[in-house]
Amino acid sequence: MNAARDILRQLLRDPAAAVGLLIILLLVFIAIFAPLLATHPEAIWDMNPRQRLLPPSDTYVFGTDRMGADIYSRILFGARITMVIASVAVGVALLIGVPIGLISGWTQNWLGEALMRVSDIFLAVPQIVLAIAISQTLGPSIENVILALSVTYWPWFTRLVHAEVRSLKNETFIEAAIALGVPTWRIILLHVLPNVASPIIVRTSIGMGFTILTASALGFLGLGAPPPAPEWGRMIAESREFLPEAWWYALAPGLAIFLVVMGFNLLGDGLRDVLDPRIRRAGARR
Amino acid sequence: MRILALILQRIAWLVPTLAGLVAVVFFISRVIPADPVAKLAGETASRAQIELLREKLGLDRPLLVQLVDYYRQLLSGDLGTSLFTTRPVWDDLYARLPATIELTIVAMMIAVVIGIPLGVVSALYRNTIIDHVLRIITVAGLAVASFWLALVLQLYFAMDLGWLPLQARITGFPPPSITGFYIVDTLVEGNFTRFRNVVAHLTLPAFTLAFPALATVVRFTRAGVLETLQKNFVVYQRAMGIPSGLIVWKYVLRNSLISTVTQIGLLFGILLAGTVVIETVFQWPGIGAYAFEAILQSDYAAVMGFTVYAGVVFGIVNLVVDIGHAILDPRGTGA
Amino acid sequence: MLAPDDNLLEVENLRVSFGTERGVAKVLDGVNLTIRRGEIMGLVGESGCGKTTLARAILGILPANARHETGSLRFGGEDLLRMPRRRVDDQIRGRRITFIPQDPFASFNPLFRIGSQAREVMKWKSPRRPEHAGRGLFGFFSRYPRARRKADAADAVEMMRTVQIPRADEAFDKLPHEFSGGQRQRLMIALALMPQPDLVIADEPTTALDVTIQAQILKLLKRLVKERGVSVLFTTHDLGTAYEICDRITVMYAGQEVEMAPVDDFFQRPSHPYTVRLLESLPKPGREPREIGGEIPGLVDPPAGCRFHPRCAHATDICHMKRPATTSVSAAHDLRCYHPVGATVPA
Repeated sequence: MNAARDILRQLLRDPAAAVGLLIILLLVFIAIFAPLLATHPEAIWDMNPRQRLLPPSDTYVFGTDRMGADIYSRILFGARITMVIASVAVGVALLIGVPIGLISGWTQNWLGEALMRVSDIFLAVPQIVLAIAISQTLGPSIENVILALSVTYWPWFTRLVHAEVRSLKNETFIEAAIALGVPTWRIILLHVLPNVASPIIVRTSIGMGFTILTASALGFLGLGAPPPAPEWGRMIAESREFLPEAWWYALAPGLAIFLVVMGFNLLGDGLRDVLDPRIRRAGARR
Repeated sequence: MRILALILQRIAWLVPTLAGLVAVVFFISRVIPADPVAKLAGETASRAQIELLREKLGLDRPLLVQLVDYYRQLLSGDLGTSLFTTRPVWDDLYARLPATIELTIVAMMIAVVIGIPLGVVSALYRNTIIDHVLRIITVAGLAVASFWLALVLQLYFAMDLGWLPLQARITGFPPPSITGFYIVDTLVEGNFTRFRNVVAHLTLPAFTLAFPALATVVRFTRAGVLETLQKNFVVYQRAMGIPSGLIVWKYVLRNSLISTVTQIGLLFGILLAGTVVIETVFQWPGIGAYAFEAILQSDYAAVMGFTVYAGVVFGIVNLVVDIGHAILDPRGTGA
Repeated sequence: MLAPDDNLLEVENLRVSFGTERGVAKVLDGVNLTIRRGEIMGLVGESGCGKTTLARAILGILPANARHETGSLRFGGEDLLRMPRRRVDDQIRGRRITFIPQDPFASFNPLFRIGSQAREVMKWKSPRRPEHAGRGLFGFFSRYPRARRKADAADAVEMMRTVQIPRADEAFDKLPHEFSGGQRQRLMIALALMPQPDLVIADEPTTALDVTIQAQILKLLKRLVKERGVSVLFTTHDLGTAYEICDRITVMYAGQEVEMAPVDDFFQRPSHPYTVRLLESLPKPGREPREIGGEIPGLVDPPAGCRFHPRCAHATDICHMKRPATTSVSAAHDLRCYHPVGATVPA
């Protein structure tokens, strides 16, 4: 617990990371309390033709959309969708990718080799290409977006963990544990996993941001949650036919995506600096 | 010799990966989806008509047989026929390839030509205003949704100011097809009005596509230069009074570029993925937009064709990266 | 050769400080040093005493967080600190003052062939380069006339032969990692001598090498500089090395010089308590090496007066108050101490 507090203190010393953390906490807060925070919670799902496409005003802070719904309220509810998609998709990707990476990095036999080849296949094309193919064939729904994203993201964890485990295996303390006859599962659980935790945490944070971007792109392409779900990417797609008159339509959802992704990226960078001093602040975003 | 071995090794690696990729997409697209044949036959088609069409397309046979057939077909250089354009997928891709390549290369050039110097400057002026501003820009570049950025730019530069065209590749007739790249073709043709038109059409999509890649290049270059500047050989050259511009832009840059070059594969992934969204937004008649339409239409052959294309492009890019790496690092061991 | 009292370099009251997290560290706090033409001056002291900083200050390559440079660095009669930056870059650094680095492994850029790195030095620093030759744009696009290039290259090969690089004419096409550490340091010596400098700054040039190689390199360096009448500032923390190569030795302690003596005098009649302790710390047959004891003082808030007084057995009140002035023990033997040690080191 002390270590966690230490890390947090160091994180907060970096203003960028602190801002990132703040954004994410705000997002979680909004996602939980959306019904209370929304000014027009009732107008999320209903048609309200008389209030259609109103510019921002005191009543409708970010204006209204083509159905007459309050964009501000829709953004708040959209935070829920975003959080659920990103956290479940990355969580599933972790659950698939980390064990596979541990096994393939540790065993270094045909099985490990085969597992790496399989993950290579998924890395042979950009994530969004496969994700589009999968979510299209499954049909547009939140569950399918999550499935498509986790099925295409796990190899990134696998590759990361695989590389870390392979270099760890040559460390003296691991070799000593092997020589002492400590059971393999104990070595992996007690010695290897804690040592690969830092890069996994960093990758998770950056992966959240990346997944939110990809999910919103799927939504934009019409492959995300079906209407009238207030999915940010889809809201931007809807706005296209009302441009340039309804200039406010795409503004708020785009800024929302931007802020949230930036929050995760800033946090990820900050975590990398704190947890993994070996790696300098570099550019990988996946 | 070393480079030749590299190429062979890469190709040997590429073939099974592509085969696996094809299998993955093949199963994904045929096991779960709504019935594409019914969709193709139209709503008025009878059950018998649908079955007939299915048989004609060979979609009634076991999946594994279909997969093996498809491999055989791919090996003979045939990507199949698009269900909707009813043209060979290869022809469709071939016709659209120049548009995508032109867009991608211009975006890549923007990212590299602007990104590397900015990264160096950011490192040299570390923790000054310049560095902070560049950092904000790169953070933004990696966080902004490209389709949204595209819309905002369209809204402002095309609709509001009217400086740049909203979408498409050209207004009016395309130039005579020589290379298929409009920039080159209009120049060869000597038609500068048309050239300007083409450049204007390219500007927004290329910049939007380049932005995240640019941010990545800046960050990697900055990190690489900062690391290299600490090295003893930099201190040595400074002590020997070699002009500092030369030290930075010739010696330090080459060392830091090695790590940047290894990221070009990643960069190309960003660009390749970006083309799907950005070509759709800008109605750019390239492979990305084609892939998106194909997916919406459940066009198996076309989806598969696009996937193979993406895999091949990725493989080639990684090969080029390896070669570039070998050229930059003569030690042959990797930096 | 020139007259022995002809001073090539006079460092006077030089102060350099670094901004650190804990405050301003006075790394050089009033250093005085002279180097005569053709002599090898040893600069001796523990790590962190300011040797490297002094070497870098003379070369004009202090890191970015160094500030507050006062005093003077008179080189050939001109103060380098007040000379236009451009002139120092062009005509002093790498030309009249050259450099042999500590770590020959890391001081060559691993990606460039020896030839291209040597050519860079020759292009900008060869004696054939006209004094007012242009620098091009940031060093790019500048001319390197063919005739000069060929002559320089011939000189470079000749110099590589002189430093005993095997197959010197092929060395140009090789990469740094194809040479051993000793060979690389030979290459560094060659590069340092090619511009025909007046002064070579050698910053612990043998520390990174094997002991057997060290002796060869020292001998080579000594022979070459003596043949050419080049002065050397040779920093080292190893008194044995200093004894082998130096004509005179200056001892530094915590950013200040404390004793300066000809090498024989230095070893026979060390006068500063710190010097004595340094010598006692050397292993010697029949005597246990003695630790100096105490800690090297922090440079952010150094002791007042003589900086050695907290560790000094002879310290009195005056030592706490004021830095001792320079006194002469004998003709060329200078000292900064109120209580010089009279006797020789006990055997």
